Amino acid sequence: MSKFRKKSGGELPPISTASLPDIVFMLLFFFMVATVMRQNTLKIQNNLPMADQVEKLDKKDLIMYIYAGKPSQRYQKTFGQEARIQLGDKFADVKDIKAFIEGERASKREELVPFLTTALKVDGETKMGLISDIKQELREVNALKINYTTKKGDVFKNMN
Amino acid sequence: MAKRSAPEVNAGSMADIAFLLLIFFLVTTTIETDSGISRKLPPIEDVEDPPIIKQKNIFTVVINRDDRLLVEDELMQLEDLRAAAVAFLDNGGGVGDEACDYCKGKRDTSSSDNPDKAIISLQNDRFTSYNAYISVQNELVAAYNELRNREAQRIFGMDFTVMEKFAKDGVSYAGNKDKLKENIMRIKLMYPQKLSEAEPRK
Repeated sequence: MSKFRKKSGGELPPISTASLPDIVFMLLFFFMVATVMRQNTLKIQNNLPMADQVEKLDKKDLIMYIYAGKPSQRYQKTFGQEARIQLGDKFADVKDIKAFIEGERASKREELVPFLTTALKVDGETKMGLISDIKQELREVNALKINYTTKKGDVFKNMN
Repeated sequence: MAKRSAPEVNAGSMADIAFLLLIFFLVTTTIETDSGISRKLPPIEDVEDPPIIKQKNIFTVVINRDDRLLVEDELMQLEDLRAAAVAFLDNGGGVGDEACDYCKGKRDTSSSDNPDKAIISLQNDRFTSYNAYISVQNELVAAYNELRNREAQRIFGMDFTVMEKFAKDGVSYAGNKDKLKENIMRIKLMYPQKLSEAEPRK
């Protein structure tokens, strides 16, 4: 029966870590591919409302982002508590929207311009007055395709 | 001279380097959420004489500055809005040319004639919160989607929202894409989204 007896002093062989780099590289490549670098640093609070009848926005390069909301904590000293618009990296005024849209249009190829969509990323606490002003400006420059960006969720959680 | 073999490079620290990069990308990754409610703004144009619309074909939704809803001059909770909108759109009270043969509503003569005539008018105050506005928009879109899904199920055996999804990415759909788009147009014509937004009240 000595066949089945354990070898005396049989220490566990060390686990080979040679494949560890491969595993880590695999993860690394996944995250490198999946990463979307944030284009704009947000200077405002941006807690989007929830909705469930949503459509996905594809073609990221054909979207112009307009952010709006209260300035974040560290900008409140200089910019106050009133909701503001952010275009690109800067705070902006309602009348800057036209120039922004024209600039975005100029940077795209001409045949793609009709497909440009404006995504409104607006904080849920914002008052509709500001948004109406934005929409009016967009109408004036004929940027009619808009999308109210929302989180996925139940609308009844918005109201409380 | 004796030929010396090149010394082997120690690859032991490769894992560390890879980990460093991995952690960097882990931290910077934001899986972006870019989905939302798509709308089309009306172009600015001067309409000489606006078409006269019968009062019974208009479904007015007003959101006041305290985010409360007034639907057809009655207070309403957000929970009931979808059902009310569906009832209005699907009413089909018209007769003769304006009859709607696929509507399953009550055929009330004091409500909308047919889905093509039915218009939902949304009005909000400048002090309405964006949360409330989006919630109402969502419920109204949901009402349209509910009706469109019902008809798409009946005719094509498939949800309208699913059809639209297929039309958009296209790769996963096996059937004829032109036919699919035609079908989508057909459903859209049955229940056209007529959502008008009035200028907010000062």
